[in-house]
Amino acid sequence: MELHTDNGSRLALVLSEGRRFGRFLLSEMKPKGKIVTPFNVFAVVVLLLTTVLLVIRFTRGLAATTNLSQDFPWGIWIGFDVVTGVAFAGGAYVITFMVYILHLEKYHSIVRITVLNGFLAYVFYAGALLFDLGRPWNVINPIIGNSFGVSSVMFLVAWHFMLYMMAEFIEFSPAVAEWLGLKRMRKLLGSLTLGAVILGITLSTLHQSGLGALFLMARNKIHPLWYSEFLPILFFVSSIFAGLSMVIVEGTISEKVFSKQISREHRASHEEIIIGLARICAGTMYVYFFLKVLVFIHGQHWNYLGTPMGWWYLVEIVGFVLIPVRLFTQAVRFRNLSLIKVAAVLTLIGIVLNRLNVSIIAYKWYAVQHYVPSWMELEITLGVVVAEILVLRWIVNRMPILRDPPEWAIEQPESVQKPAYVVKEGEKKEWAVTNM
Amino acid sequence: MNRRDFVKTVGGIGVAALATQNARAEDAAAPKEFVGVLVDTTLCVGCRSCEFACAKVHGFPEPDPSSDVFEKQRPTSTKQWSVVNRFETDKGEMFVKKQCMHCNQPACAAACATKAMLKTEDGPVIWRADKCMGCRFCMLSCPFDVPKFEYDSWIPKIEKCNLCWDRLQEGQKPACVEACPVEALAFGKRRDLIEMARTRIAKNPDTYVQEIYGEDDAGGTGYLYLAGVPFEQLGFRTDLGTVAYPEYTKDFLYAVPVILTLWPALLLALSNATKKEND
Repeated sequence: MELHTDNGSRLALVLSEGRRFGRFLLSEMKPKGKIVTPFNVFAVVVLLLTTVLLVIRFTRGLAATTNLSQDFPWGIWIGFDVVTGVAFAGGAYVITFMVYILHLEKYHSIVRITVLNGFLAYVFYAGALLFDLGRPWNVINPIIGNSFGVSSVMFLVAWHFMLYMMAEFIEFSPAVAEWLGLKRMRKLLGSLTLGAVILGITLSTLHQSGLGALFLMARNKIHPLWYSEFLPILFFVSSIFAGLSMVIVEGTISEKVFSKQISREHRASHEEIIIGLARICAGTMYVYFFLKVLVFIHGQHWNYLGTPMGWWYLVEIVGFVLIPVRLFTQAVRFRNLSLIKVAAVLTLIGIVLNRLNVSIIAYKWYAVQHYVPSWMELEITLGVVVAEILVLRWIVNRMPILRDPPEWAIEQPESVQKPAYVVKEGEKKEWAVTNM
Repeated sequence: MNRRDFVKTVGGIGVAALATQNARAEDAAAPKEFVGVLVDTTLCVGCRSCEFACAKVHGFPEPDPSSDVFEKQRPTSTKQWSVVNRFETDKGEMFVKKQCMHCNQPACAAACATKAMLKTEDGPVIWRADKCMGCRFCMLSCPFDVPKFEYDSWIPKIEKCNLCWDRLQEGQKPACVEACPVEALAFGKRRDLIEMARTRIAKNPDTYVQEIYGEDDAGGTGYLYLAGVPFEQLGFRTDLGTVAYPEYTKDFLYAVPVILTLWPALLLALSNATKKEND
């Protein structure tokens, strides 16, 4: 580039660069691809309705939209959006642990999409917490320090959500820099990754278990088959395979939806990645199942097994832990990808069941009138999910998430940055099977 | 400044310093004791004067005066911090006042991320609107299901008995205690109330069950109850144990600083170790 010693021409350069950048941003704002699709129409309808319902919720109180009551202070906005959503987002800390801490390069190609999914899950699902807070304007109180309730698990969870979102954003930020063509920024942000990963894993360990710890003081209200002093550990261990199962399912979906984005090598390495993830799922699920059995035996709750709640407990443990873990094991042995996907879906259902059982279904199971969510609570939850998908799609269509980063960004000296997908000839012809 | 003045000044400062030290020592020697209320259910006649006094003092609508309200069990509500319920027991009709128990170590205060729910030094558990973010974790945690939330308001409050915190500051008794015509309610230092309750049980062993509800339940509560029949018959939860509720999250919270400091070091070490293998 020429040297511009003259102030005027330097200013002109800055201005023209600025204009170019502005035009670029503006053009990126426009939708890419067809605007009127069934999903888009559905999304617009859902989001409009969500907006209306949220206006009602914030002007007329929680009673106008939810079925919450004095006996049931927490409904699906906490039990599903936050407690289940955060478990599903656990994939980000597990995958970054595998890639940046254990240097399992095989999984490098799915780091970005997983971190992005995790980040957006926190922004939207933990963000949905604001709908549930009665006095959301005071949410800054535990953060700015005029009132530190340090003995509160909620305090810990609130701080960790906030810090973890920042860590996730830093992990993801190189993709933003690559999209905007900011080379020096890309280098700087890339150098922060390991620190952010370490912070992120530490925070995740604590708040994944912290979500379980939220229910420790509700010991006389949660059915003995679900209440345990080990809830924090159970929540943490299950967040590992919950997160990875979500990665498997999401990977399958984005492979179809974003098929144009995915490079051939990436696609070929997909099978190995899925099988590797399934193996880890199986391992951690056996640990989880063993823990559950220990807790059950130590709790001496045999007598409950004959009751309706006992059968419901068995549905969760046998149907959605034991069966999927067997399926994972079988599928890994026979390299059966479709079986892995079935197992992953069953696992996710099992996590939904478990989290809803602890937070809602087994909570005050003795109540005469039990909480059931209103259609408006469900609709707003759907709105949150749809909004997240739209933002995810917007980002994936613009930034190098699934496709390869630009040339200039690849030549990082770190071993981490080496292309992760070395494909053997034998596997190449099998990728069509992966894609079914 | 001449010599005499100098001596005076230095001496004065010394005395003042000693005096403040003494004052501090006194403060430390006499920490504030929790106050509470003793409810003697054998004396209560179910007149509900306490309910009306509570509503009046705290600006709530006057409760329905009809005795029909006894037909079913009433919980406390956002407009009634204190209610009296009727129970059919082995010894006939009994009436029990229900309100916040003002636990020694309250689950609600431990649950609160903003210290909106606060155990005061004097014993009453109070709620502060300017701190609360409305997460309702206090409601989930309270073993007695006391805090109530205004679901029908866009600026909702948590409502529960505050043991007439404002009146206590002015040296008055809680309104309910003052209103009771049969002295079924007694206000005082918790220690004195337990003493009083034990004396009553010892003097009239046939009238009372040999137990004070709240002495140890849920780690001890500010409200204490005497009864003539087992407490299960009076709608009390007797399965709460004697451990203070915040203890149940203590193990987890103690693990937090350990993990927060150990994890990063271990992860960094692990990252370096595996990196070498790769090279």
